[in-house]
Amino acid sequence: MSAHLPNDIKITDEMVAEHGLKPDEYQRILDLIGREPTFTELGIFSAMWNEHCSYKSSKLWLKTLPTESECVLIGPGENAGAVDIGDNQAIIFKMESHNHPSFIEPYQGAATGVGGILRDVFTMGARPIAALNSLFFGAPDYDKNKHLISGVVAGVGGYGNCFGVPTVGGSVNFHKRYEGNNLTNAMAIGLADADKIFLSPAKGVGRPVVYLGAKTGRDGIHGASMASAEFADDADEKRPTVQVGDPFTEKCLLEACLELMQTGAVIAIQDMGAAGLTCSAVEMGASGGLGVRLDLNKVPCREERMTAYEMMLSESQERMLMVLDPAKEKIAEAIFIKWGLDFAIVGETTDDMRFSIWHNGDEVANLPIKELGDEAPEYDRPWIEPTPQAPVTDMQAPTDLTQAVLQVVGSPDNCSKRWVWEQYDQLIQSNTAQVPGGDAAVVRINGTNKAIASCADVTPRYVEADPFEGGKQAVAECWRNLTAVGADPLAITDNLNFGNPERPEIMGTFVMAIKGIGEACRALNFPVVSGNVSLYNETNGKAILPTPTIGGVGLLPNLDDMATLAFKNDGDAIILIGGHGTHMGQSSYLRDTQGREEGPPPPVDLEKEKTNGDFVRNLIRSGDTTAVHDISDGGLVLALSDMALAGNIGAKIEVPRDEEAFVTLFAEDQARYVLTCSPDKVTQIIRNAESAGVPATKIGTVTSTALIIQGHATISLNMLKSAHEDWLPNYMAQA
Amino acid sequence: MKTAIIQFPGLNRESDMIMALENVSGAKTQTVWHTQTSLPDTDLVVIPGGFSYGDYLRCGAIAARSPIMKAIVEHANKGGKVLGVCNGFQILVETGMLRGALMRNANLKFVCKQVTLSVENDSTFFTSKMNTGDQVTCPVAHHDGNYYVDDETLKRLEGDGQIVFRYANGTNPNGSMNDIAGICNAKGNVIGMMPHPENMIEALHGKTDCRPLFESIAA
Repeated sequence: MSAHLPNDIKITDEMVAEHGLKPDEYQRILDLIGREPTFTELGIFSAMWNEHCSYKSSKLWLKTLPTESECVLIGPGENAGAVDIGDNQAIIFKMESHNHPSFIEPYQGAATGVGGILRDVFTMGARPIAALNSLFFGAPDYDKNKHLISGVVAGVGGYGNCFGVPTVGGSVNFHKRYEGNNLTNAMAIGLADADKIFLSPAKGVGRPVVYLGAKTGRDGIHGASMASAEFADDADEKRPTVQVGDPFTEKCLLEACLELMQTGAVIAIQDMGAAGLTCSAVEMGASGGLGVRLDLNKVPCREERMTAYEMMLSESQERMLMVLDPAKEKIAEAIFIKWGLDFAIVGETTDDMRFSIWHNGDEVANLPIKELGDEAPEYDRPWIEPTPQAPVTDMQAPTDLTQAVLQVVGSPDNCSKRWVWEQYDQLIQSNTAQVPGGDAAVVRINGTNKAIASCADVTPRYVEADPFEGGKQAVAECWRNLTAVGADPLAITDNLNFGNPERPEIMGTFVMAIKGIGEACRALNFPVVSGNVSLYNETNGKAILPTPTIGGVGLLPNLDDMATLAFKNDGDAIILIGGHGTHMGQSSYLRDTQGREEGPPPPVDLEKEKTNGDFVRNLIRSGDTTAVHDISDGGLVLALSDMALAGNIGAKIEVPRDEEAFVTLFAEDQARYVLTCSPDKVTQIIRNAESAGVPATKIGTVTSTALIIQGHATISLNMLKSAHEDWLPNYMAQA
Repeated sequence: MKTAIIQFPGLNRESDMIMALENVSGAKTQTVWHTQTSLPDTDLVVIPGGFSYGDYLRCGAIAARSPIMKAIVEHANKGGKVLGVCNGFQILVETGMLRGALMRNANLKFVCKQVTLSVENDSTFFTSKMNTGDQVTCPVAHHDGNYYVDDETLKRLEGDGQIVFRYANGTNPNGSMNDIAGICNAKGNVIGMMPHPENMIEALHGKTDCRPLFESIAA
């Protein structure tokens, strides 16, 4: 569409449709403003009312999630959520998707995803101290996969490495259903003084609205609308809607913002993310109960002759909007000049509750600011409950147990992701206590002995098979991973990636997953403080696996009590917490050795999760454990393999005689952990477990250079290692 | 030991370096902004790692032409000590204070992992507490660390003991010639290295192998 249309042109049905607005939504606009909108106004409405910005299909259900606990300082609704970690310190974090852009232009799409989430965190006055990401790609044989993987990984690294945040954790998964819709979910964690968190509501009439950071260009126009529609085969033509990232500018913007915040000049601040200037200005005004008047001739532009429409919809990166204390304008300007960034007063706050935009002396938009957000459509989309999967009845034992173990240990989903994370700077800031490969990443709070544990989890095939249990499982696994390093789980951010919500079966999956997430969050006192919804992840009518990624944060009060998964000492006893498993539905075993994705996922008993997890955490803090790992994908045997490979020392394991050995090894029952301790602690630990109502059994001993499953198989560490480490680099090296 | 840390926009490992210098070397550090034209009274100048000017144009090229560099060259000419780590090494190479070039890693990817370094010259201000032949574990984190220099200069560097660190045990992460990880100038008072010893100095980092390097500064 031509961007140079005059402003007073007639709005046609086609234009309305091109802006992603349904006829009834357009009628709502006419009713609201009592006249035909100008072209710029139509653009503003499309930016505010698309799915990405308005949450119109999801809001009703998001409201059902628990968002409070004793540690929550700020819940959903701000740039990011905040939790209290004591000593007047707060952790500010959020996860956000950049899915559609990462398919269209993998490097920039992923890079700007990282940039956007970092900005959300430092907008609130927090210095980012850790980044994580969960990536989902098509099946290994998908022809675009390597292009997408190399581009996304390089983009995530390229941005985070240059910005200077350690990228410490995440996940990488593969499935046919992500072909044409790979997912990039980026999470950032920042540290702020609890009494100096900066928020978006503007305060005071006639205060300067200041534009900071990089210049505005034509990149990303309609980015948020693009993210609110399905792909067809013309996805490549959408490349111009992807923004281009500049991590150097963002690093300067970070330093300038934090320096400025120290001066007390900042009254309100909002980063320009989706729908740029429009969303940020409306958010600041509406949440503060004020109008905003902008003069677009003052906006620093990178390109010539940009129209009002283009400026209001540009998603150029590394930009911020602030309301400043007028007395400190000069101080603020000096800081931004020092960092080589643009600083421009582009408008002021008003008392008329209007969003008034001026360009070349004309008023090109004048809209009710509060209603722009509040009156956005909200839908109770029809949904149908998914049908439960039949149990797997014809389970077959492997003909060769060793081969089966190697297949599971080395499958695309379960194999080591070293090839990915070695492209990320995991160490910068000098506080990284656990790099990727463990249950959760751990970074120290600088200058203290406290640390933050974090992880990102979801098992999409479980959610597909049973969205309610799968939603519960994603939260439970996240909680378990934090527990396994010894942390108190604090809160989560949820990144809900689904297909087209206008289809009742997709909406049903979404609704049930939210119900599951909510139930687990309530049971585990693990509230949602921030999040993001990404819908319409479909290409030609084919949806992704439902993927509610859960990013969790926990606190280690004392780093000396941190657990790691590596086996440490020859002769240590191996104890299984939570009992032997029997559940094989949706297991890695079925998928990796038999190509079957069948059955219901393992049910999650939240009561057990809590009891078993609390027991393990207390045990870690008592100093009696030498290694701890949770059991998830791949079952007991993958947990043991991880522990052995990390410690470069093997184990001798006994499996109960009355069960089929392969079921014991591969079952994915929840609420379970493997831990090690010195042999003289075993009796006491098992006795304590019994009195806490926690199943605990000694299953073997740390020893030798192989994983010995007595009476069944002896698998050398070398074989395990090459299965685990080689798949991804070999795959990426193939032409 | 009075130490000045140079701050260019885009550098991001300055706090890591300050922590190591203050905690291990016991150095008093002060930060010098790149637009300054003179150095404060200092024994050692450190240019830390990061992405000065976003690595635009060529790593270190823009920083090498900024106002403070003239003062740093004068400081070195008078025998003052200069240490450049990672982007700091690239900047020293771009100013011509150290010979050679740091090209894109051979596999074209950013790499962050632990390598083994062998100390090749124990007579410098950064290695005096170690012995030639000692091996230490040290992380790298860079995209452009592939050291290259012409054959004649290489011969001279090798012959004159100007190779300070080499990647050992097959851990060369970037394709550097002769496994070179760090070099010094002919006088030995200017050192540049790609790895990050500042990230291997306390139990939290897994090992404390690189403490002796910072202890050397204090000596």
